[in-house]
Amino acid sequence: MAAKWRPLIDKITGEFTKSLLVSAWFMFLTFPLMVIKVRPLERTIEWRWMNLVYIGVGAFFLSFIWRYLMSRKDGGGSEEEGESWQKKAGLRIRTDKKIYLPGLAAVVAFIVIFPFIFSGYQTQIMISALMYVMLGLGLNIVVGLAGLLDLGYVAFYAVGAYCYALLNHHFGVPFWIALPLCGALAALFGILLGFPVLRLRGDYLAIVTLGFGEIIRLILENWNEFSFGPSGIAGISRPDFFGMELSLREHTIYLYFIIVMLVLFTILVVSRLRNSRIGRAWIALREDEVACQAMGIDKTKTKLTAFALGATWAGLVGCIFAAKTTFINPASFTFMESAIILSIVVLGGMGSIVGVMIGAFILILLPEYLRAFSEYRMLAFGAAMVLIMVFRPQGIISGIRQRYEFHRAGQPEGTR
Amino acid sequence: MDYFLELFLGGLTRGSIYALIALGYTMVYGIIELINFAHGEIYMIGAFTALIVASALSLMGMSGLSLLILAGLVAVIYSSAYGYTIEKIAYKPLRQAPRLSPLISAIGMSIFLQNYVLLAQTSDFLSFPALIKEFEFMEPISHIMRSSELVIILTTLVSTALLTLFIKFSRTGKAMRATAQDKTMAMLLGVNVNRVISVTFIIGSGLAAIGGVLISSHIGQINFYIGFIAGIKAFTAAVLGGIGSIPGAVLGGMILGWTESFATGYVSSDYEDVFAFGLLVFILIFRPAGILGRSTSEKV
Repeated sequence: MAAKWRPLIDKITGEFTKSLLVSAWFMFLTFPLMVIKVRPLERTIEWRWMNLVYIGVGAFFLSFIWRYLMSRKDGGGSEEEGESWQKKAGLRIRTDKKIYLPGLAAVVAFIVIFPFIFSGYQTQIMISALMYVMLGLGLNIVVGLAGLLDLGYVAFYAVGAYCYALLNHHFGVPFWIALPLCGALAALFGILLGFPVLRLRGDYLAIVTLGFGEIIRLILENWNEFSFGPSGIAGISRPDFFGMELSLREHTIYLYFIIVMLVLFTILVVSRLRNSRIGRAWIALREDEVACQAMGIDKTKTKLTAFALGATWAGLVGCIFAAKTTFINPASFTFMESAIILSIVVLGGMGSIVGVMIGAFILILLPEYLRAFSEYRMLAFGAAMVLIMVFRPQGIISGIRQRYEFHRAGQPEGTR
Repeated sequence: MDYFLELFLGGLTRGSIYALIALGYTMVYGIIELINFAHGEIYMIGAFTALIVASALSLMGMSGLSLLILAGLVAVIYSSAYGYTIEKIAYKPLRQAPRLSPLISAIGMSIFLQNYVLLAQTSDFLSFPALIKEFEFMEPISHIMRSSELVIILTTLVSTALLTLFIKFSRTGKAMRATAQDKTMAMLLGVNVNRVISVTFIIGSGLAAIGGVLISSHIGQINFYIGFIAGIKAFTAAVLGGIGSIPGAVLGGMILGWTESFATGYVSSDYEDVFAFGLLVFILIFRPAGILGRSTSEKV
């Protein structure tokens, strides 16, 4: 009897010691920062021993969960199953009309009535989430399709926002005329950035784009005569609706529908682009630059269109951002913003439109609804980013690569 | 002339700190091709740990050089421990993942660590005790160079020299070079790649902590956000010099330090970062792999 239980007991004690060690390690690690608090003015030290206990107990239990999840992830089997389940469900939803049509109708109905049943505040949050959907889809062109790591995407967002703000401030240009101008100007900046970095690869490209983003922000911050410096531009007019007077609430609803339309437009364009000649050129460029050139694809043109088209969306969203907040200043366009947009793309699943949308909703709505935990929300946000990546490195929705396969006679197309 | 010298030395000091942090970036990148965005946070944690230890010890009545060395040592140990742990949690499970995934995990880690320090300590600027006292023999030139600047420059020189020797001649250093060249092949030849990566993180984090302690003592104040901007600058320095190359990181750091210092001194302090990034773009146009980086042609 005892022999039978022996391995199990060994296993339990083994796991127990492991967790104990992890717990001790984290207690050591967090000791100076969590326990000691210096008050420089009173020249005293506060010892917070209770924190050490929390950390110890927390690390002990979390390490069990961590190891369990790790073993499940490494097991592989369940992962594979989940993948095919996801694929099957996706296929089912897309092909079966009985699910597809009512589902779509429900989504459309929800989108339409959303601003009427929820408060203005909720609508505002939803508008920002949708703005990030657009930004994510735009960056997805550059990073997800063309494989160019852009860490300064926020620069184009800033260009769009300032374009509308300045045009409106100086010349009173209305929103609808400014919108395409913002997109075009951002595209121009995309090409401007694209030219010098054509020869760069991978991470060199990343740092140059990051630098470009910072340069734009610093210029906006310091060139007071042009951009009004850190104090920003206030009193930007909201979009006008055939010259009618709208209340703040109506303005919000109106803006909500504008952004919904633009998101739909973006989805349409991006999904059409992906299967177009240029879209395939981007994917080919991402996979292998040398082979791509050997196939006769113009590398310069392909890269520049990726930058320009990606930047266009950022410019459009920037214009909407300026119209939404009616006030902009350079502090809205820091590197952190670029990092968040990039996270949306990677977290959701690179190259996948649905993935990017889910990523945007998670990353924008999560901090909003975590406000209940106010000060811990950014801590939880950072931790969530790490955990999602560790347990789903390919993103929430892994991009479905288009594959061409030979099918045996009789086997219908699309069963895989 | 004095003004020029002052700016030159100021740039050298700044550049030394960038170089110390950039070494960590460059080593990590050389081995696992990851831009470790959390590296700046390690530097910040080093500075905080040193501040806490120094305050605690000075309340107990310790002072002088022993305080600096002890606080610095504890900071190095803790930063290394953090670097090691971060690698185990956020990067090791992602070895086989798509290339951008560890980058996002690193950004998440950076946000996490910033807020961890913010919550555990404070969001205010804390004044950092001047651990490096003015030396007497520096008196005649004290108007152009402070003692802390001398200490920073010398420490950087010594650390870089030691690191170079370590990588060139030690067994682990050899394993590191092998892993950087070809991970799979190194593994086949019996190099414990996981151990090598851990050692890389530990050394890089330790160097960042040295930089953190020295510069905080020089400037005199810290808060939880200092790691972010320093991290970006140091990464710029690493790329400028050619990422993956150790002399490149030092050279890149110095060039960046001087550019900023002279831009601040002769043009305007508002635009120092514009000059820094402008220079980076300019150099990369002509040398796409950085100043000392070897551009490898792709084999088909």
